[in-house]
Amino acid sequence: MTEWLSSGLFIAGALLALLASVGMLRMPDVLTRMQASTKASTLGLGCLLLGLAIRTPELSVVMRAGSIAAFMLLTTAVGAHVIARASARGGAPLWEGTVVDERPPGPPADEPPA
Amino acid sequence: MPVLTVSIAVASTMLAVAAGMTFIRLVKGPSLPDRVIALDLIGVLMVCLLVVTASATQQQALLDVAMVVALVSFVGTVAYARFIERSRS
Repeated sequence: MTEWLSSGLFIAGALLALLASVGMLRMPDVLTRMQASTKASTLGLGCLLLGLAIRTPELSVVMRAGSIAAFMLLTTAVGAHVIARASARGGAPLWEGTVVDERPPGPPADEPPA
Repeated sequence: MPVLTVSIAVASTMLAVAAGMTFIRLVKGPSLPDRVIALDLIGVLMVCLLVVTASATQQQALLDVAMVVALVSFVGTVAYARFIERSRS
């Protein structure tokens, strides 16, 4: 029973990672590419780690899988935000079908020096 | 247990195809942020492949390697973001 469950989770996780990479290849601009890749790949890695923890229910494996999942859950969001901020402030071109662009026109205002 | 063998083989193949497609974006990517997020996704896919390999070979040390790869990939992404923001001005 557990091998069927973890097999399904492996397939689902790999499928989500493949979906993330399809989004990376097919989406039209930087921000959409990023949201496709980060969300789908985080969920895919979570599925893979859950399948691993179900297959080998030992304490050391489960603890490591849980800590990898927690770490990726935190850092993927932070990394995506930082890259999005940098590329949006750098005046990255958006897709021509974009409806709302809340960036002020002209060069971006400089932040106070840190 | 043949079910797990088949599913691990299929998952590894799909992850390899995903890494190849991301590599196309890494080469093609029109701007620097495109390449940075492609590199970030390749790092995540590498962690995924390490997890699948750890399950296939029952080597727990590969999980430690996966954690280190995740850490280094995050630090690299943040450093690239700082570099992009600095090089704008």
